[in-house]
Amino acid sequence: MNVLIYLVPAALALGGLGLAAFLWAMRSGQFDDLDGAAWRAISDDDLPSHGEG
Amino acid sequence: MIETQDLSVFVRHPAEGVSAMDLVVEGVHCGACISTIEKGLSNQSGVRGARVNLASKRVTVEWDEGSVTPSSILDRLESLGYPAYPFAAARLDSIEAAEEDRLLRCLGVAAFGAMNVMLISVALWGGADHSQGFATRDFFHWLSALVALPTVAYAGRPFFESAVRAVKLGAFNMDVPISLGVTLALILSVVQTLQHAPEAYFDSAVMLLLFLLAGRYLDQRMRRKTRDVATNLAAIKAEKAVKLLEGGEAREVPIAAIATGDLVLVRAGERIAVDGIVEEGRSEIDQSLVTGETAAIPVAAGANVYAGTMNMTGALRVRVSNAATGTLLDEVNTLLEKAIEQRSSYVKLADRAARLYAPVVHVTALTTFLGWTLWGLGWEPSLVIAITVLIITCPCALGLAVPAVQVVAASAMFRRGVMLNSGDALERLADIDTIVFDKTGTLTLPRPSLANGADILAEDLALAGSLALASKHPLAKAVASAAGARSPLAAHEFPGQGVTVFHEGKRLKLGSVAYCKAETEAVAVAAAWPDASLIAFRGPERAVVFAVRQAPRPDAKPVIAALRRAGLAIEILSGDRQAAVEEVARELAIPTFAAGLKPADKIARLKALREAGHRVLMVGDGLNDAPALAAANVSISPISAAHLTQAQADAVFLGDKLAPVADAIMLARKAKSLMLQNLWLSVIYNGVAVPVAIAGFATPLIAALAMSGSSVLVTLNALRARSARGVAR
Repeated sequence: MNVLIYLVPAALALGGLGLAAFLWAMRSGQFDDLDGAAWRAISDDDLPSHGEG
Repeated sequence: MIETQDLSVFVRHPAEGVSAMDLVVEGVHCGACISTIEKGLSNQSGVRGARVNLASKRVTVEWDEGSVTPSSILDRLESLGYPAYPFAAARLDSIEAAEEDRLLRCLGVAAFGAMNVMLISVALWGGADHSQGFATRDFFHWLSALVALPTVAYAGRPFFESAVRAVKLGAFNMDVPISLGVTLALILSVVQTLQHAPEAYFDSAVMLLLFLLAGRYLDQRMRRKTRDVATNLAAIKAEKAVKLLEGGEAREVPIAAIATGDLVLVRAGERIAVDGIVEEGRSEIDQSLVTGETAAIPVAAGANVYAGTMNMTGALRVRVSNAATGTLLDEVNTLLEKAIEQRSSYVKLADRAARLYAPVVHVTALTTFLGWTLWGLGWEPSLVIAITVLIITCPCALGLAVPAVQVVAASAMFRRGVMLNSGDALERLADIDTIVFDKTGTLTLPRPSLANGADILAEDLALAGSLALASKHPLAKAVASAAGARSPLAAHEFPGQGVTVFHEGKRLKLGSVAYCKAETEAVAVAAAWPDASLIAFRGPERAVVFAVRQAPRPDAKPVIAALRRAGLAIEILSGDRQAAVEEVARELAIPTFAAGLKPADKIARLKALREAGHRVLMVGDGLNDAPALAAANVSISPISAAHLTQAQADAVFLGDKLAPVADAIMLARKAKSLMLQNLWLSVIYNGVAVPVAIAGFATPLIAALAMSGSSVLVTLNALRARSARGVAR
């Protein structure tokens, strides 16, 4: 069962990574506007624009 | 007269040299709108950036301090085709938003914890302990503890804090047994692990928290959504006032920037936005939103005017007075305070269940402990069994039973145009047997409309409509909208009398009956429409008299009939005069009505009804209804209601139809029955699980399955609150 010695920490670390990603996404306001993101993805961002566009 | 807009009260300063403003924008619904607005604003020089939030229909704009004026940003948005309204986020909103964030964080942590603990538990249930020996099992238990203890310590705080608050106040809520159950489960599990026992309950405790947090987060989110919509509507409706500065300059400012002692100008056809005393000018005031009285009242210098009333005929200069000096507002405020004090302390269904439930559970656990000890089992294993009973009866399903239904029912109501202000309004709404309606603006539409359009020739109506467009008078607006007029005539307005124009060689007049010399024609119209206001038109050939009145909402009659069929008693309590109320009561077939009531009379009637054992829903919009709304068991306002009134109401409905009121009652009844069903489901679950636990057979697998199973069952049952038969479709 020595395999547990690194499998368990690996499982916890992966889970923790997911949790950290979730908390980061929350803190950076990615859940503030759930409707807008869907539209932004298809907008013409690649055209040269000014400011934040 | 120069007129500029002063919006400085809405401007924030997030950083040195940066100004920012939050705006509610109308008509944003897709990606094209987002990029039009963001690019259109960002390419203005000085603007640092603009960010659209599509979910809440708001825009945040940042600019270099002093480089552009806030009003030029509004103008720019207007020219892009998106009318925008500034708003200042209320402090309450940011507190609620912080609470929502915190619940979401706790939910994330609980989900992480539940995932990992279940991972380990499934291995144990699968037989890892048998095949690998007891050292492995203990190791797995310690791992579970390592994850579960910090998870619960972090994610359980919303429940622990609420429970501690309740206990400190000597009260009792559902969070007390929840906290107790979770804490005991963890303590027992740690002790069991220390003693190398085969069973631990870490998974049950964490799963329990996960389910409860999900329910609570959804509840919080729904209420925030409701509040967002309400804030947006308030911002769009937010009134501005024209402030007269020394030196005669007039400046349009938001109400928030007006102070006591300021002088404001109110032009004809504008709603008065402040309480004050008239200094100069002469006009007629429509007080229907304040008193329910539909007949206009003449005012002159020295008269009191109130916010929410409509200035109809002449320009007024009003000195802003302290809100508390108005006699009517004084009365309303005093009555309101009293009514709130006397508001029956309604005990929520969930709390009532918790009060019944906790003693039963604790007595059962105690009896189990004593029973096994007397049986001769020894106190340690007896205590373990007793605590297992506590854990397995932990009100997981009970804690979800009511909130889950509330969330689903409230979002169903939201879709039908009803927004709930308070969570327990659903339960109170389900219990009512009597509905009391205000008349003006509630049973009737808030805007006046043309009543005798069918009696008037189309050519007369069309001409009168074009002429009416030139006037700001509210009655004229009703004529214009009935005629569907689009192109105004270049008419001259005589304040207080009417408008006139030379059109194709003929003089046309629209105004008071006397101004148009239409007294003879007016007699018949006045007799046919006793509750209407009259406005006359002197056309090229003949004089016509229009009857303008506040017509009942389009679906009022079938909705009232449906409500009566549903077994509800219906009454009208109005501040308007007898003839006007009688007319509407007759039209809608409501036999019980009272007219000319003061706010205190309305309260007295509600009190009498309640003392007779009735549970009353009050539906009203006027300032004079605010105390009555607070005095009723539950209350609803239309969105057009006065601010103070809306704040008192348990729910607000949108639109011109009355159907949302009926839908709200039906949905609430359905929700209440589902809540009771859910509570019974939890009781049945306990009825099955508790004997198993008392007998000492409850393994962690059974506990986890039973708990999750009952939570899922209760949640699925709650989803049925989505659909309820509408009353008048």
